[in-house]
Amino acid sequence: MAVVAVNTLRGLGRDVLEPQDRIRFEQLVLPHLDSAANLARWLLRNRTDSEDVVQEAVLRAYRFFDRFHGSDARAWLLQIVRNSCYTWLHNNRPADLMTEFNEEVHQQPSSTPETLAAQADDRKRLMRALESLPARAREVLVLRELEGCSYKEIGEIIGIPIGTVMSTLARARERLQRTLTAATAKEAS
Amino acid sequence: MNCELAQTTVHGYFDGELDAVRSAEFEHHLEKCAECQAELKEIELLRKQLRESELFEHASPQFRDRIRKQIAQEANGHRSKLFGAPKLFLIPAFGALAAAAAAIAIVFLVFQSHSQSTRITAELVDAHVRSLQPGHLTDILSTDQHTVKPWFDGKLDFIPPVSDFSQQGFPLVGGRLDVIDGRNVAVLVYSRRKHFINLFVWPYHEKGENLADSGSHQGYNWLRWQSGEMQFFLISDASQADLHELKELISH
Repeated sequence: MAVVAVNTLRGLGRDVLEPQDRIRFEQLVLPHLDSAANLARWLLRNRTDSEDVVQEAVLRAYRFFDRFHGSDARAWLLQIVRNSCYTWLHNNRPADLMTEFNEEVHQQPSSTPETLAAQADDRKRLMRALESLPARAREVLVLRELEGCSYKEIGEIIGIPIGTVMSTLARARERLQRTLTAATAKEAS
Repeated sequence: MNCELAQTTVHGYFDGELDAVRSAEFEHHLEKCAECQAELKEIELLRKQLRESELFEHASPQFRDRIRKQIAQEANGHRSKLFGAPKLFLIPAFGALAAAAAAIAIVFLVFQSHSQSTRITAELVDAHVRSLQPGHLTDILSTDQHTVKPWFDGKLDFIPPVSDFSQQGFPLVGGRLDVIDGRNVAVLVYSRRKHFINLFVWPYHEKGENLADSGSHQGYNWLRWQSGEMQFFLISDASQADLHELKELISH
């Protein structure tokens, strides 16, 4: 009975954060909502799905905020967001998690180059190239190039030793370069 | 050809992740290795392309609101169904515990109003930051109070006081509508030297409590007070002294 009582109170403490913890949560975690939205959007390649997943991830972060003892709230939140994304992909789009992503199947019909400003065209090409990479390659590029994370943070977020971040990133960059070169060659031909 | 460093180390060097010794070693190597030089150029170009394409996707204001509301609901004890924890207090044997929990909940409610005002402050700060993005500052751009005031007619269920304080160093820039805590509020924009100041105005229904309060949040200074049936909230990167000066002008 005594044990249950303690558990119940603990459950209550976590369901509803103490006011000062909620303020801490709002100050430490919520400022990283942009980062969370960006990572999820690139992992799921779709805004609507990614917003639902981020919402769930933020809620999870809120409920488990008592487990956050570190100093890097962004990395902590992104770790939760990433896990939620992979769980969602596993349940809803398992094909996305296969190592080799089929570029042909997922490429959208390209609009006529003449109608687009060169810059918009570049952006589109880059976007499509990034989206065509396997999730594992995509996430390190997004974290490093768009989010500006350090190797230490990347290692923490995706759960790999810091020593392997460099080689993972090197491979991902090479893949993106190859994809871009192929896309350019295709358009030229 | 096929320099091993060009496939890994050059990336660590480019990202500034090598320690001083390895970095110096690599620079020494780089001088002579054409392959590493080419690779370095390529990844520089790749980064430039990625950054210039602005591929970073920000959370939309609507989505931010959604998250804040969700957190507020959670804090009020409306646990959403994602992680249904067993509710032990529903079992009769835990009736006494439920009573204890209720007592705790009452204590919590006292804190509640405090954290609610913190949430609203955070919303106001967000709205201020949003307003500074290109094209978001004003819906009606005019330094004439007689143009700005009628603009609010019919858009709100109250009439905000509108005055220009150019003479005193706070020229009126314009006005806009915003949504705070789920209701439409009036926003007047003033400038102070090169700083913009947002003044949020909306009705205050609970009487008897003096809200006057100031602070800073994410580097922005804010000042809040209440006068008659209206509440006022000034926010800017201008100094607290400037905000107090403007408050005095508005209040008189």
